[in-house]
Amino acid sequence: MERHFERSLEELKERLLWMGSLAERAVHQAVHSVLDADDKLAQVVLNEENAINELQIEIDDRVVQLLALQQLMAADLRFVLAIARINNDLERIADQAVNIAHSATRIVRHPRVKPYVDLPRMGELAEKMMRDSLDSLVRRDIELARSVLARDDQVDQLRDQIFRELLSYMMGDSSVVFPAFELILVAKNLERIADHATNVAEDVIYMVAGSDVRHPAVDRNPA
Amino acid sequence: MMSTAFPLMANSGAAAASSTSKTNEHTPAMTTSGANTLRMKVTKLNFYYGKNHALHNVSMDVATNKVTAMIGPSGCGKSTLLRTLNRMHETLRHTRLEGEIALDGVDILTLDVTKLRRMVGMVFQKPNPFPKSIYDNVAYGLRINGYKGRLDDAVEKSLRRAALWDEVKDKLQKSAYALSGGQQQRLCIARALAVDPEVLLLDEPCSALDPVNTAKIEELLFELKPSCTLVIVTHNMQQAARVSDSTAFMLNGDLIEFSPTGHMFTTPSDPRTEAYITGRFG
Repeated sequence: MERHFERSLEELKERLLWMGSLAERAVHQAVHSVLDADDKLAQVVLNEENAINELQIEIDDRVVQLLALQQLMAADLRFVLAIARINNDLERIADQAVNIAHSATRIVRHPRVKPYVDLPRMGELAEKMMRDSLDSLVRRDIELARSVLARDDQVDQLRDQIFRELLSYMMGDSSVVFPAFELILVAKNLERIADHATNVAEDVIYMVAGSDVRHPAVDRNPA
Repeated sequence: MMSTAFPLMANSGAAAASSTSKTNEHTPAMTTSGANTLRMKVTKLNFYYGKNHALHNVSMDVATNKVTAMIGPSGCGKSTLLRTLNRMHETLRHTRLEGEIALDGVDILTLDVTKLRRMVGMVFQKPNPFPKSIYDNVAYGLRINGYKGRLDDAVEKSLRRAALWDEVKDKLQKSAYALSGGQQQRLCIARALAVDPEVLLLDEPCSALDPVNTAKIEELLFELKPSCTLVIVTHNMQQAARVSDSTAFMLNGDLIEFSPTGHMFTTPSDPRTEAYITGRFG
């Protein structure tokens, strides 16, 4: 028997996925504003921040209403809880994109420090992780979600690689300190985006299978 | 508003009861019901069982094509208030009502009570089908109101509206008592719907039913909303949260709070409401 609140659950998912698409676009545009030294593109990202924040509030309101009014159980309860968490992660991803855009507006004022090799690679990885985590939500695909978790280390390694490389540039030429530092921040922001994408994937696994895969080191069955 | 299929319904009304209003105001914490139109309006209602002052200066709106729920602990007056909406209280002796109850702007005390109870139907806690066939249960109200249309069609329409047709279409002549409890309750709803009421009052309609049948009744309420205004009394506040658009919380004969259901169950205005819905009393 279909229940009347199923429409509300579907709408909640639709709004979250819309928010996800906006956040994805923000990340893509922010990264390219750095890679292409495109100040106008950076401004687009900054201008669209409010829309994502408003969506976060709207989705939270919907979650509260559903939890209060429908006494959801089992899969429905896990779904709404997962949506609430993913909502926060998407907003944080958008914040990171805004930070990257801010960095872009500062970087454009300086000559390029070096050819970008690892940074675009890192940007692609982070975007793919984000896209796949949202796809895993749509398709309820645990294996896809798990594959997102497996890629996080790769992003972390790229961040460290970028840091080491830029540090050596800064030590060799003080005139590049400022833009190089901004690039390190961009790498840090991308690493955080990947972390949030990982969170989304973990929430999808919880939603679909009821398994909490966060913090594997924690003993869930202490003696 | 009155259907021409019911020629026996008279327009003459009964003498109006006195409608003195209390001089001291008691204003419950009310927020807008969010409705664009009102089907019924209760204004400064006081009700007495003999000397017992059961309802104190209650004012409440019933929005058109919405579900209005009334919740509160036992003895708070919610069923009493419900029964006043179609003057069912008049079946009891030594009751007195002061204040006004309006249906589409008309004081119900000025209406013929039979006409009123056709327009404002009622479903009770315990399913109470007539000792007749399923068909005759639904047709009964139509017949005594002089229905001129095709009875078979009207019976089928009502049973469909009550989400019962598919389960009983092949056994319409069987006794209503052969149905399960949930089916009997839906039959009672079909019976009430047969005369096309503007409003349907439901007094704890699911309290005698199991969870599956409760869910079926709740879904039925959603299906009925576009064509009917519903008022439900329930001691199950989770049910009120699930099904209603506006909720009234009552306590000791007072209307404590009346607001959109989403507001009531997330950010109630009155601490007594908060205490009740969080299970801290009642």
